[in-house]
Amino acid sequence: MTTTASQTAGPYWHIIDYPEWADLRRGENAAVAGTSITLTGQITDGDGAPCGDAMVEIWQAGPDGAYEAGFHGFGRCASDDQGRFCFTTLKPGPVPGPGNSLQAPHITLAVFARGLMNHVTTRAYFAAEPLNEADPILALVPEGRRPTMLARETAPGVWTLDIRLQGADETVFLDI
Amino acid sequence: MTEFPRPEPGTWPPMNSPAYGSTRKRHALHPPITIPHTLSETSAPRFSPSAYPAYADMSVHEGVAAMGERIIVGGRVLDEDGRPVRGAMLEIWQANAAGRYHHVRDQHDAPLDPHFAGSARVFSDDEGRWQVTTIKPGAYPWGNHAKAWRPVHIHFGLHGQGFAQRMITQMYFPGDPLLPLDPVFMATPDAAARERLIAKFDLDYAVENWALGYRFDIVLRGRNATPMEDHK
Repeated sequence: MTTTASQTAGPYWHIIDYPEWADLRRGENAAVAGTSITLTGQITDGDGAPCGDAMVEIWQAGPDGAYEAGFHGFGRCASDDQGRFCFTTLKPGPVPGPGNSLQAPHITLAVFARGLMNHVTTRAYFAAEPLNEADPILALVPEGRRPTMLARETAPGVWTLDIRLQGADETVFLDI
Repeated sequence: MTEFPRPEPGTWPPMNSPAYGSTRKRHALHPPITIPHTLSETSAPRFSPSAYPAYADMSVHEGVAAMGERIIVGGRVLDEDGRPVRGAMLEIWQANAAGRYHHVRDQHDAPLDPHFAGSARVFSDDEGRWQVTTIKPGAYPWGNHAKAWRPVHIHFGLHGQGFAQRMITQMYFPGDPLLPLDPVFMATPDAAARERLIAKFDLDYAVENWALGYRFDIVLRGRNATPMEDHK
């Protein structure tokens, strides 16, 4: 059988928006120990115009580096009029990679929007994290473009990763 | 163990689809970088109905029936081997019978229906089956080009068993004269792939003296990497 074709989420996806999903410390996650962080950024198009109708989803491991083993690692956030999204979560731990490798702590981001036929996927790594040097996925990205996947700590505990859909400093998107 | 092959060429719409104006400034100019599937792609959020309650009836809101033609839409969620995907969460949203979304940014001059909110959430069962009751949505203008109206459609968002399976799509209705004019629908080059986005009119889903039915099967990326022993 052949996979059903992707279609755009369109501009009215907010009908399924639940703003509380942007806080991953909600519900049973509240009992998980870890470092609270904010992951924020601005989404812009090829003209540098903010994308104010995007849906951003994140998917991450817990502080122990495991997926869905005590920490529910899913969140969703609508971009605002300035194209900004903002998640509150716990910093993920390193995740096992292919073979015996170790992946540096990272958060997978998927962006859906009007004009995106399929969602685009990238990862937010944490700048200055020593494990980034040996990360098997970052190693596949040309060095000059890696900064588009490195969130910067712009205030204590606040990590910023802007997403440029097209043009200068275009974000590295991953074919997963 | 499941693997997630990339879609076959032509069966998904290209990110750069100039006839759909919104793609022009939003598609990446660099090709995406292909990565091996790690735990980050092969694992997926678990959505339990206790934390994400199901609500399968869009045809009644706050106890009052919505205006329009009540229909039942159902189908199966399958993988590329035709195996059911169990426990998949489906998020469903749509315009009302007059072609207007219950959304602040939708300014189409068509009536809102206070008894139609237009969203549902259901989970596939052990056979991959799911079903909702709703109102047949209307077409609406969207300004992409002169006299551009979207064909009647329902949005579907699905999560499977790996984040690589995450998908959003749209279901269309058979016989809609707007389909060959729609740049979103027509962007998928492969005619058979487009056809699979169109629901089948299906009396098996209909309920006597209550509602007609449509079937929409959804195939997520993924196939079993260690198939069961071949049948001799």
